[in-house]
Amino acid sequence: MEKLLFYFFAGILLFAATMVITVRNPVRAALFLVLAFFTSAAIWLMLEAEFLAISLVLVYVGAVLVLFLFVVMMLDIDTSALKEGFTRYLPLGLLVAVLIVLELIAVLGAANFGLDQVPVPEGSDESNTKTLGRLLYTVYVYPFEIASVILTVAIVAAITLTLRPNKRKTQDPAEQVKVRSKDRVRLVKMASEKRQDGKGKP
Amino acid sequence: MIALSDFLIVAAILFSLSVAGIFLNRKNIIILLMCIELMLLAVNLNFIAFSYYAGDAAGQVFVFFILTVAAAEAAIGLAILVVLFRNLSTINVDDLNRLKG
Repeated sequence: MEKLLFYFFAGILLFAATMVITVRNPVRAALFLVLAFFTSAAIWLMLEAEFLAISLVLVYVGAVLVLFLFVVMMLDIDTSALKEGFTRYLPLGLLVAVLIVLELIAVLGAANFGLDQVPVPEGSDESNTKTLGRLLYTVYVYPFEIASVILTVAIVAAITLTLRPNKRKTQDPAEQVKVRSKDRVRLVKMASEKRQDGKGKP
Repeated sequence: MIALSDFLIVAAILFSLSVAGIFLNRKNIIILLMCIELMLLAVNLNFIAFSYYAGDAAGQVFVFFILTVAAAEAAIGLAILVVLFRNLSTINVDDLNRLKG
């Protein structure tokens, strides 16, 4: 049963990954990427990494992939021009991919990492979140702080990259408060003039 | 019983699929970014499988940090993409030759 579930999820994961790299429409690619992340969250659940599986769904499917979809839909892209060269690079890409798979299977196959070498461990009784939390806030507290700094840098960088200086006419309260009457009104001293004919008031 | 090698081989196939994706879609920056995300997913799967079979949660902590950095990378990458599209009206990699590299 467990094995059946694993092959089911692995099949969906590899199918979704294949569709991501082959479909023409980037919106569909993003949606298949959502499917891939969801199924791999299921596989992570089978490996008893519950906290990370849920955070993968929340952070990735909920935030990063929505960002992807947002950008794909916001940009007006001509997809036909971007797809040319697909068939030209297909043999090379397939060759490299198959070679990588064969090499990795030769190393990672059952002879080195099978059940005889690495038996399935007993599941832990403790909650996965508790284990991770204890590690994060004791042993890895310094990397944890650095991770938060990295996120802050990412926010600042993303905003400054996309922020456009405002060119419209707007009110600036700081300028309004700073203004003095002498900036607005200029008093000029000059001699009063007389009418040319010398009669009456000017 | 599922062996460790099964998880590792699935991750290896996922990784090589995303390498193939980078070859096939080498004009479309958005798909390239998606392939990088898939690669990181494959690496994370390796980390979690090893963490489970070794009985050590340190691998999961590492996945946590990879997720953080990958989210930051995706945000900055997409921001650069938006600025690029605003200036050049294209995201074709072949048109990005200002630096003559």
